[in-house]
Amino acid sequence: MRARSAITVNDRPDAVYSAWRDFECLPRFMDHLESVSVTGHRRSHWVAHGPVGTTVEWDAEITEDVPGERISWRSLEGASVENAGWVHFRPAPGDQGTEVHLELEYSPPGGALGSVVAKLFGEEPNQQVSDDLRRFKQILETGEIARSDGSPLGSRNRNQVHQHDAHPSPDDDQPRTTAGSGPEVRS
Amino acid sequence: MRAACWMGSTSVEVRDVPEPRILNPRDAIVRITSTAICGSDLHLYDGYMPTMEKGDILGHEFMGEVVEVGPGAASTISVGDRVVVPFTISCGACLACTRGLYSLCENSNPNAAMAEKAFGFPTAGIFGYSHLTGGYAGGQAEYARVPFADVGLLKVGPDLSDEQVLFLSDILPTGYMGAEMCDIEPGDIVAVWGAGPVGQFAMASALLLGAERVIAIDRFDYRLEMAAVRTGAEVIDYEHVDVNEALKELTGGRGPDACIDAVGMEAHHGTGAIQAYDRVKQAARLETERPHALRQAITCCRNGGVVSIIGVYGGFADKFPIGSLMNRSLTIRAGQCHVQRYMRPLLEHIEAGRLDPTFVITHRLGLEEAPGAYETFKHKQDGCMKVVLTPGA
Repeated sequence: MRARSAITVNDRPDAVYSAWRDFECLPRFMDHLESVSVTGHRRSHWVAHGPVGTTVEWDAEITEDVPGERISWRSLEGASVENAGWVHFRPAPGDQGTEVHLELEYSPPGGALGSVVAKLFGEEPNQQVSDDLRRFKQILETGEIARSDGSPLGSRNRNQVHQHDAHPSPDDDQPRTTAGSGPEVRS
Repeated sequence: MRAACWMGSTSVEVRDVPEPRILNPRDAIVRITSTAICGSDLHLYDGYMPTMEKGDILGHEFMGEVVEVGPGAASTISVGDRVVVPFTISCGACLACTRGLYSLCENSNPNAAMAEKAFGFPTAGIFGYSHLTGGYAGGQAEYARVPFADVGLLKVGPDLSDEQVLFLSDILPTGYMGAEMCDIEPGDIVAVWGAGPVGQFAMASALLLGAERVIAIDRFDYRLEMAAVRTGAEVIDYEHVDVNEALKELTGGRGPDACIDAVGMEAHHGTGAIQAYDRVKQAARLETERPHALRQAITCCRNGGVVSIIGVYGGFADKFPIGSLMNRSLTIRAGQCHVQRYMRPLLEHIEAGRLDPTFVITHRLGLEEAPGAYETFKHKQDGCMKVVLTPGA
């Protein structure tokens, strides 16, 4: 599974790079991730959402890190889920901010784990990655993730298919958030 | 709280719904004191805007008093502030907002992917205006949640009445932008299709911006009369005269220097066969628009002139006169209004007495009367021009 997308963020490349380099914040905008823990200078432990409450975990390392320009990472040898990703930051022409180009690649293993991994990105991997980048941009430019009555959890493609009515929710399932924590409650 | 909800095509009910809450740091909650029904709400009412859901709260023209503020907006907005809410939800920080293109905000539409599929690129969130524009609850209610309150809300003092400032939320800036896009020069004659409230404000704005004369095109006597009396417009009833011929006569054969479409997707056509063609295609979803006004605005415009589109369209139009547009070097300007760009300057015009938008109001009703008000407005009964609803009345 390969997914790629690009977006332009109205900020300097070094600032956009720094936001991404803080790997523990990736789950705030990357829909398939539950958590990322930094375990060493270049190493981290990733937990992704599988179907019906399951999780998939692996360890990863940064393979390339050029401040203000690019970051690449890949799962460690022997990880149950082989995957890699890179993100490039380029100044947009005409002082229009920073272009963020993202590519993720997952190689589902065989068996039951393989079918879990295959579902991490739903039926439209590029769309999901595109929504991830939208949320990244929203956090950097506005400090929050846009949420409405119809999409109380923000721009996630799967929520857009099944909209709430556009009136305040009668349930208590709409998470309250502050600038620091972000909308981390999931449906 | 009570709120006017869309319950399906031509069905509005005032229902009990939960009160809104602060969801994001830059939100505010506004207790609504006045709210209006917009001509573009009729596109929703009639079922021509896609992505409406049963139960959606309608309304994008409202004002009131701030009753709660999130921590991210507290430095500029306070509880107790009297505010007008722009219909466009805009973050103020993206490239579009920093260029003043607030209705193209890149961050306010959580359903951006949906809008992208429909339009190619997404547009801003809008209150109470389908899920394509975000799925935000509207303002025909007792309370509303306003995202990016620090960017959106216009504070107004106690000296002006609700009715004097309410239309800064949409129709006054929309009409003004329609005129501004015409790049009016001294001597220009501006023709406006649709003498509803937005058309009236487009004509008043065109004169304010230096137009020599304005011409109103409609078929309702009371609307043409208002245009004639309030803005000194010359009027054309398209059901009784050939518009192209009449405009040529009024402009010495040149045609209007600029034409404003203040009608949009549900235009009526005087010729039965053409009206039937578009109606049938629109009903069968083979065409989303009935673009008669736009077609006519293009073919009637002077060579090299400007056609300004502020009437709302949602999808695709047939029989678009591209030959007339291309061969005659016309310029098309269009857009949902970038409301935040115009609110303060227009408030100054109101404060100075140069603009008085209250003249369009014909119906003052309680929120509970919304269902009947939609019917009256849709069918242009009882001289209906503009309905203002008061919650709790």
